[in-house]
Amino acid sequence: MMQHLLSIDDLSRADIEQLLELSELFVEVTQRDIPKVPALRGKTVVSLFYEDSTRTRLSFETAAKRLSADTMTFTVGSSSVRKGESLRDTVQTIEAMGVDAVVVRHSAAGAPHRIATWIDAAIVNAGDGAHEHPTQALLDLLTLRRHRGPSFDGLHVAIVGDVRRSRVARSGVKALVAMGARVTLVGPPTLLPEALETWPVEANDDLDAVLPEVDVVYLLRIQRERGAGALFPSLREYTTRYGLTAARATRLRPDALIMHPGPMNRGVEIAAEVADGPASIITQQVANGVAVRMAVLWSLLGSGGPVV
Amino acid sequence: MSESLVIKGGRVVDATGERVADVLVRDGVIAEVAEGLDGNRVLDGSGCVVAPGLVDLHAHLREPGDEEAETIETGARAAALGGFTAVVAMPNTDPPLDDAAVVGSVLAKGARAVCDVVSSGCITRGRAGAELAPMGELHSLGVRIFTDDGACVTEAGVMRRALEYARSLPGAVIAQHAEDASLAAGGHMHEGEWSSRLGIPGRPAAAESAIVARDLLLAELTGGRLHFLHLSTAAAVDMVREAKARGMRVTAEATPHHFTLTDAACAGFDPAYKVHPPLRSDVDVEAIRAGLADGTIDAIATDHAPHTPEAKERPFEEAPPGMLGLETAAALTLTELVEPGLLTLAEALAVLSWRPAAIAGLDARGHGGPVEPGRPANLCVIDPARAWEVDPGRLASRARNTPYAGRKLTGRVRHTLLRGEPVVLDGEALR
Amino acid sequence: MTAHDAAYPGGTQPSRTSTTPDGGRFVLRTRVFDADDLRRAHTRIAHEIVERNHGATDLVLVGLYTRGPAVARRLASAIESFESVAVALGALDVAFYRDDIGLRPVQPLGPTEVPDVTGRVVVLVDDVLFTGRTARAALDALTELGRPRSVQLAVLVDRGHRQIPIRADFVGKNLPTKETEDVRVRLAEVDGGEDGIEIWGPPATEDA
Repeated sequence: MMQHLLSIDDLSRADIEQLLELSELFVEVTQRDIPKVPALRGKTVVSLFYEDSTRTRLSFETAAKRLSADTMTFTVGSSSVRKGESLRDTVQTIEAMGVDAVVVRHSAAGAPHRIATWIDAAIVNAGDGAHEHPTQALLDLLTLRRHRGPSFDGLHVAIVGDVRRSRVARSGVKALVAMGARVTLVGPPTLLPEALETWPVEANDDLDAVLPEVDVVYLLRIQRERGAGALFPSLREYTTRYGLTAARATRLRPDALIMHPGPMNRGVEIAAEVADGPASIITQQVANGVAVRMAVLWSLLGSGGPVV
Repeated sequence: MSESLVIKGGRVVDATGERVADVLVRDGVIAEVAEGLDGNRVLDGSGCVVAPGLVDLHAHLREPGDEEAETIETGARAAALGGFTAVVAMPNTDPPLDDAAVVGSVLAKGARAVCDVVSSGCITRGRAGAELAPMGELHSLGVRIFTDDGACVTEAGVMRRALEYARSLPGAVIAQHAEDASLAAGGHMHEGEWSSRLGIPGRPAAAESAIVARDLLLAELTGGRLHFLHLSTAAAVDMVREAKARGMRVTAEATPHHFTLTDAACAGFDPAYKVHPPLRSDVDVEAIRAGLADGTIDAIATDHAPHTPEAKERPFEEAPPGMLGLETAAALTLTELVEPGLLTLAEALAVLSWRPAAIAGLDARGHGGPVEPGRPANLCVIDPARAWEVDPGRLASRARNTPYAGRKLTGRVRHTLLRGEPVVLDGEALR
Repeated sequence: MTAHDAAYPGGTQPSRTSTTPDGGRFVLRTRVFDADDLRRAHTRIAHEIVERNHGATDLVLVGLYTRGPAVARRLASAIESFESVAVALGALDVAFYRDDIGLRPVQPLGPTEVPDVTGRVVVLVDDVLFTGRTARAALDALTELGRPRSVQLAVLVDRGHRQIPIRADFVGKNLPTKETEDVRVRLAEVDGGEDGIEIWGPPATEDA
């Protein structure tokens, strides 16, 4: 029985498959007229978001509410998280209010792991620095599964962009490889992770060579906001060499799929018409987020805790 | 006739050799070393090694500026419990040890401590890496080790000037924290397989080896006296070995954590394992051990770096680097290097006592020297077979940030004498 | 096995197939029904449902996992055989409506697929009626799927020991049991082998 979800490493292949099957059941719940089940009634789920992310936070809160749990929100910038109050103090204050699960997003890798040692609640990692974003990887897998069936064996996925600093990429690689898929990382050498030989992936700095070979192109957001100029010369050069332009998209196989964790920089890593085109399943990714997060919350809080 | 004290039943080990003997101490000096001695007070040394007190070239005593974490008094007590009779206090205090007044106050506080507290001095003003600190003034107060530790003197021109200028100060050593700031900045752990996996920005081994390569060339250029603090990479060890083989005068130290822990320890994101230079790979740890065994690395220095629990109870990337080391260094050396046969006991004591003493010029002040009549009685009595477990709550340091909590070690200091005064008796500090 | 699993310390997910709660200790005490008895019971219940509801139109048979859907399918095909009317079927998982969530491991058992029930007669179908809690959870689930004209309950076995004021409208067999015993219904299409209903219990030596 899961105690926390901090990393895809916490899950075996069988665990991932079970979560995906569970997520399918919750997709059905979200499509009902009354998209709600009383499963987690009386439980409290707190969002603790030190990094701004309305989309992910709302997705988790919706998931909690659809399970009839109560929610509380702590975001940095609001008065709830006082500047200067240590993470530990904040988290222990939250625990004192009575909480069953804390969904954490933080700019420092391992913050959820620290929190898990300080309080008793179930901790869900909603993104910790460049380390992991497990529910994103799971919803990506669910989207592929609903689109093309439950087998990932032999599926070839290209992940393109700033892999080095991407928690989405780290979780994604682990999840895809666990399910038997093949991953190729694409980007300039400065954006690919160090010690690449220890990753279970191939790598290529030539996107054009890779595109005809893959079943899925997964584009990462180029981190404008983190002084990206330092790791490559300019956004224009990035788009020229690594952007999925309309021209590049024609090099893809006819049944290849295009994915992006959002939010997109239209015109940078992906052309607008490609993002909205028929090969793109980006909107489905967003839609599946709630069901996956319901499955995760159910697995942590509902499916069998310590016997009272 | 004044009161005498005899350490009975032990085995004396020093730079001249090993012999079964009792040691008689009177008026702060060693009076006699022979079997079957008696004195007014008897310290039980049965089963123990009696050696010159250990000397730590590298400890952060945090006073002035961070007394919550440690003070000169508590740090000295931790040192004495670890068998050290002398410790060199690092200058990254607040204010830093870059002027005579601050150094003077550290020495004054240290005079009352249960360990000889020796002050280091900054190489540059404010440790900013630009202008030289008043090294001559500090030298006249007794400072011999000059370092900006915590920071690297990254500008080659500044390092060159420091090495040259220090030549005019007898016994002065320029000690470099070798980590190129522009390569290491933003990194929190070793750049390698683990940092890649954990998504934590890394500090590459090249940050250390690039500076070591450069500084060896600068030492050659200037004829200056160079010492490398806390070496952590195989590449650096190889370069120092090669330089020594060519006859260059350079010395180096390594910490116990760099010969016992690897970057894999960071997998749980526990900042207890965060340190600069960082814990590195298996290959680097092996190289440090080999460097200690073949004499490339002259000394084991603790880099004792206390931090308050609040400071360390943060996410990994936000916590300050540093670990405690004074109370576990000797035991780790015995357990991890002597027991497996990598070093003999005498070699271990060499790197813990008389070789660091020589580097810091403390042999002239009665540390590390042979256990023979007439010398100041700065001694440690170590039971090499005593098993114990590291309990952070029972350390004498004000701080608790040891990476060895719960670790079982073999070898413990039973008594420590400072200038003839027992400051540690039966494993307990007397004051 | 992928490299991920090779590195993984060990998955600990409970098995999805139903396991008996006795840890394999129990022994067979009595065989109550054999395949023919079960066939007759299905036929009789099917007739009673049609009789009570004056026909089979507007009927939805909703089976409760694990065996309910299979029983519902058998009832539907029986009704079709003598009424010549196709009967609407549904399957319902009550996992998210249980009252013991958080007290013990709860696993969803299958996809909920229920046609529109508003204005129709829903007959909840299950193999065994015991404490009544599953039926109560099913009523809650049903409320969120629509507003039936009426709800009835059909079970193959009523073994007593109700903890909730629930009663079945249609019963295959009333079977008094001890609370410690276990009533096991076998349906070929779910469990393999022969159809049957058995009572299992602790070995004789363990009886108080």
